Amino acid sequence: MEHNKHHIMSVKTATLVLAMLLFLTFVTVAVSRIDLGYLNVIVALALATTKSLFVILFFMHLKYENKMLKLFVFICFLILAIFIGMTFFDVAYR
Amino acid sequence: MSNVHKDYQGAKLGMWLFLFTEVLLFGGMFVLYAVYLSRYPAEYHSAGKELNAFIGGLNTVVLLISSYFVALAISFLQRGEQKKAIRYTYLTLFMAVLFLVNKAFEWSAKFSHGIYPDSPHLRELPQGESVFYGLYFLMTGLHGLHVIIGGGVMAFVIYKMKKNEVNSTDFVMLENAGLYWHLVDLIWIFLFPLFYLVI
Amino acid sequence: MQNQTSSPIPSFFEDSGSDRKGILSWILSTDHKRIGLMYLYMVLGMFIIGVCLGLAIRLELFTPGKTIMEAQTYNAVFTLHGVIMIFIVVIPSIPAAFGNIILPIHLGAEDVAFPRLNLFSWWLYMIGTGLALLSLFTGNGPPDTGWTFYVPFSEFTTTNVNTAVFAVFILGFSSILTGLNFITTIHRLRAPGLKWKQLSLFSWSLYATAWIQVLATPILGITVLLILAERVLGVGLFDPNKGGDPILYQHLFWIYSHPAVYIMVLPAMGVVSEIIPVFARKPIFGYKAIAVSSIMIAFAGSLVWAHHMFTSGMSDTAVLIFSLLTFIVAIPSAIKVFNWIATLYKGSIFIEPPLLYALGFIFLFSIGGLTGLVLGSAGTDIHVHDTYFVVSHFHYVIFGGTGFGLFGAMHFWFPKIYGRMYNKNVATTAWAILMIGFNLLYFPLFIIGLQGMPRRYYDYLPEYTLGHQISTVGSWILAVGLIIMFVNLYNGMKSGKKVGRNPWGGATLEWYTPSPPPLLNFDKEPDTFKGPYSFKGVERDE
Repeated sequence: MEHNKHHIMSVKTATLVLAMLLFLTFVTVAVSRIDLGYLNVIVALALATTKSLFVILFFMHLKYENKMLKLFVFICFLILAIFIGMTFFDVAYR
Repeated sequence: MSNVHKDYQGAKLGMWLFLFTEVLLFGGMFVLYAVYLSRYPAEYHSAGKELNAFIGGLNTVVLLISSYFVALAISFLQRGEQKKAIRYTYLTLFMAVLFLVNKAFEWSAKFSHGIYPDSPHLRELPQGESVFYGLYFLMTGLHGLHVIIGGGVMAFVIYKMKKNEVNSTDFVMLENAGLYWHLVDLIWIFLFPLFYLVI
Repeated sequence: MQNQTSSPIPSFFEDSGSDRKGILSWILSTDHKRIGLMYLYMVLGMFIIGVCLGLAIRLELFTPGKTIMEAQTYNAVFTLHGVIMIFIVVIPSIPAAFGNIILPIHLGAEDVAFPRLNLFSWWLYMIGTGLALLSLFTGNGPPDTGWTFYVPFSEFTTTNVNTAVFAVFILGFSSILTGLNFITTIHRLRAPGLKWKQLSLFSWSLYATAWIQVLATPILGITVLLILAERVLGVGLFDPNKGGDPILYQHLFWIYSHPAVYIMVLPAMGVVSEIIPVFARKPIFGYKAIAVSSIMIAFAGSLVWAHHMFTSGMSDTAVLIFSLLTFIVAIPSAIKVFNWIATLYKGSIFIEPPLLYALGFIFLFSIGGLTGLVLGSAGTDIHVHDTYFVVSHFHYVIFGGTGFGLFGAMHFWFPKIYGRMYNKNVATTAWAILMIGFNLLYFPLFIIGLQGMPRRYYDYLPEYTLGHQISTVGSWILAVGLIIMFVNLYNGMKSGKKVGRNPWGGATLEWYTPSPPPLLNFDKEPDTFKGPYSFKGVERDE
């Protein structure tokens, strides 16, 4: 994990990721025009999560980092999910 | 001083930890967003329709491209192409400014329609809509503040690259600036559908 | 007696690592020991202010009705007592002060990972403290909301809440940066060959604490910013008149502030885990269990926040679930207590002041912890919620726990930091007076709490007078104990007997370096180091 072994992202990979992100943005907008009821929010969030995975793994380089950092990122989002989710033990049952 | 040392991995770990704090800073507001969405779905829907999805979408594209630029700048710097790296960081900075200009147009349009926190117009609307707009202004406002800070960071790294203090052997500052910038992008990826496209 | 003092390397007091002289060589220093000491002095200074406010509260409550101050003043005094004690004293006390001084040495490092960031956190802490004090004298009077800043009252009170919550934001930011620094330090700056399994338990507890600081404090940051937004912009997210929900404020506040209790107490548990094996001359019992329980406390502590809200009007489902989860936190806490006792069992104990404080911690913290279960179970909580029972429980945990942990750390590491020893007999006397005063002050509050005396009230029914008066007398005894302790430490600092490297016979790395340590912490390789708790071959060096 020292400098010389550092992974450098190629222009091609970066461009492909950008193309994917723009495509997913288009899909997000398109899907939002269709009324799926409650599913709309879920679909939108699923798409946003997919997009952010692309950003985190490639642009933010997490794919090439060590397992420990991956675990930390997971814990961070897990904690956020717990904070949001467990608040609903209150508001969903009031 | 003898105890100054460069630790590449340490610097990056520190930056990631800082990003976690940013995620949870916004996270507190996402808690509120989620709760009020479940309480006022209809009001969210009608208020969300008032937001300009075109400007929101445009800004999404602007931020995605800016993320791409800074990712390229890092690659170029690591390969020793200092000039190209500086150019692409400039482009990132330019995109940040573009984002803010769009945002300014969007907000001033809202203000001129009498939509701003605690406005008389908002107080006449159903309460859920007022809450939605409150969240909208606070969350996109806090995000905008991060764009401004990120732009400042980019400008500082450009200065450091021009002085050749950030270069192909010591690039962690640009990498960390990039990480910060990607996080700003990441948050917008969620804000965009949650505010501009709510059905 | 005079051995070791002719060490060829100057100590960090003499060598600041820069050309700066006088106070500038301190307030601009990036040396973790100097920064840690500056935290310690500020924390102790603010502690004295907090104690004076606490004494004023107790004095006011000596008789029903007005004793020494008006009701509005009383509201401001208990608010300030809380804000100062929580955000300025207790949260930074052990991690920022002793964590800074000791952690890098425990790792065999020369400094923390980001020395300049460390100095920046100290400055943020100073600015936050300054703003908190400023909120007293500016605006429309000092805040009167209580340290929790509960909405909707905090949105509408005309007192100077804005400055106070902004101060809390800055202090939170300082705490985050310290946590970030410590995590990176523990990951990156362990001496070559120092494995995770050889980390001191103090380092483990700071590691767990630092994660809470990084992951929970931002929620506090956004929460106090939201209060500012409510007050300045009138957004209305917590204002029921505008569709907001005040209970959500309580959620956000406790999502941080419950884990914050573990920011306060985990480092003190780390200190106790250091002190006990040294004075029992025995390797710590259950090293792994204690280390893992720190992480478990940090995680489980993030799942229980709503147990502060059983009577707030939240759903019964939430009451049930959060009450259940609360009991889980008792497990890792109990693991620690049992392991400490097991370490003492059949050890060759020698009674010294640091051990007394550690034992005081175990005794007081156990009372605080067990009464916490009364509050954690929803049925009993409804009876004692917002009474003096809570006040007493909280002070047993935080003052009896973190406070005694801090005093223990002060007595334990004092000879290392100053190279001198305080008068042990006086220290023991002070400890005894503190223990008597403490229990006299807080135990009657359990009883009047059970009888229904509400917290934060200015006036009370005459039935509660006896309990309040015993408590107030206890506060005076406690104050006497504190004065004796501080004077003794001050005298020891000025003119105590000089000590060598290892006055207690400890096995962790700080005892291998001169007292006080040099700028870069070590003058030679600690080559006889076998692990933080293996005492074989360790010589006491008074």
